[in-house]
Amino acid sequence: MSFLDASDMRGGYGGADILHGCTLRVEQGKIAVIVGPNGAGKSTAMKSVFGMLKLSEGSVILDGEDITHLTPQQRVYKGMGFVPQVNNVFPTMSVEENLEMGAFIRDDDFQDTMTQVYDLFPILKEKRNQNAGELSGGQRQQVAVGRALMTKPKLLMLDEPTAGVSPIVMDELFDRIIEVARTGISILMVEQNARQALEIADTGYVLVQGANRYTDTGEALMANPEVRRTFLGG
Amino acid sequence: MDAVHALVVLTNYIIIPASAYGAQLALGALGVTLIYGILRFSNFAHGDTMAFGTAITIIVTWGLQSAGLSLGPLPTALLALPIGILATALLVLGTDRVVYRYYRDVKAKPVTLVMVSVGVMFMMNAITRFLIGVDDIKFADGTRFVISPREFKALTGLGEPLAFKTTQLITLVTAALIVIALFWFLAKTRTGKSMRAFSDNEDLALLSGIDPNRVVAITWIIAAALATTAGVLYGLDKSFKAFNYFHLLLPMFAAAILGGLGSPIGAIAGGFIIAFSEVGITYAWKKVAGYLLPNFEPEGLLQLLSTEYKFAVSFIILIAVLLFKPTGLFKGKAV
Repeated sequence: MSFLDASDMRGGYGGADILHGCTLRVEQGKIAVIVGPNGAGKSTAMKSVFGMLKLSEGSVILDGEDITHLTPQQRVYKGMGFVPQVNNVFPTMSVEENLEMGAFIRDDDFQDTMTQVYDLFPILKEKRNQNAGELSGGQRQQVAVGRALMTKPKLLMLDEPTAGVSPIVMDELFDRIIEVARTGISILMVEQNARQALEIADTGYVLVQGANRYTDTGEALMANPEVRRTFLGG
Repeated sequence: MDAVHALVVLTNYIIIPASAYGAQLALGALGVTLIYGILRFSNFAHGDTMAFGTAITIIVTWGLQSAGLSLGPLPTALLALPIGILATALLVLGTDRVVYRYYRDVKAKPVTLVMVSVGVMFMMNAITRFLIGVDDIKFADGTRFVISPREFKALTGLGEPLAFKTTQLITLVTAALIVIALFWFLAKTRTGKSMRAFSDNEDLALLSGIDPNRVVAITWIIAAALATTAGVLYGLDKSFKAFNYFHLLLPMFAAAILGGLGSPIGAIAGGFIIAFSEVGITYAWKKVAGYLLPNFEPEGLLQLLSTEYKFAVSFIILIAVLLFKPTGLFKGKAV
């Protein structure tokens, strides 16, 4: 059984369904990437995994436990970390305070985790007393990922972490994400930059119209001529 | 010597009264700005929350006075203040439970909440009048002056008097202590930080496991404490009249918006700027001018606006800010 097993999800924001039987699985310490055209329901699929959307059918199982009916907050306690695409930091609070707020649900000493986050993103340590709203786009994304890591999640979900950052920063962010996965954290990520994302993916999901079209290892998807032609631009 | 006299006159008629008034406005505006930042609406009932808290404090003060208790040189009302704060906190928490919570749950638009707060304002207004009536009440006791005009003249040998009332000193000291405590709370404590986080980004705060009901309750309690303290200080300094507290709503909102809604430091700066503008523009400058410009003999009193129009000053500042800098001096939220 996979660490995360979200199977046959169906649902939408009221009215017509957006997801028509979408299945996402992530193994422990592996990276799964959701790619697909605009409007395919990539973000919706991930939000459903996090409970931000009521499913009419399907189930979400995390580490063997059925969490289909839990609220997003309850899922955080179960070990999910979520980094929204936008508005993912507290802009008028310092970097350090952002991380502290990430650890809000923890009653134990979280200094170790903060040190780990600073080791992972050294620039954040340098800017620890600066307000998150004053940082560059790439640095802000690091704060957002760092904040989510503070709960010591077992599954980290990233909604387009590289949206709006430069290609150099994007490569660096992907490197960091690989490092996070190496510590045993499973990663589920939605990406617009499909090519680069699939390069680091253990599993890739190509969604079309709210359903799985192709599922394979990242490498195999990159090699698949049809996927290349249709979704990766040749 | 003339310059010294001018300075004494200025201190006596502008600097001391405006500082005390500014501190009172700042405390009121802090409550307004906190509620705006966290509950995301302009609370029109804030002036009447102040009136209610002050009314309770006055009633308790009367009780203490008839029981023979006092603070010696300090006003007895300070002893009654904690009870006033407690009663006001219970009132606003109760109001939140039966009124505001419903509108939060249905995710009402901010403008709806503003209208709801107008309704709450009328209710609180009525409660206060039932409790204590509509008359002008003076409840300051204890020593009247820190520096009395006669003492000052005798001591310095100057021709101009200077008065520094005990209530003005208490206002400044209390306001300073409360502001320091509030900023420490918001900057250093876990609860205070969670309030700032909630104000900054509500969705992310929820994702981080911050309990919205707790944040809202603490905000109301702090707002009640700020409002009651501001109201009691204002009442000690001048007098208590329910209707005047309703009037304070305008300068308080002007202060909060001028500073930038949601910004505590802005509320304080705004409070003092509004107070100094109000006092400065309605003050007759003839005497000061007489000392500083000996050959200048103005025909009038050199008063820009008569004191009845003091609220026009807040109103003009409010409109100017909304037109030209809607986020205020300290980059608050746009209205």
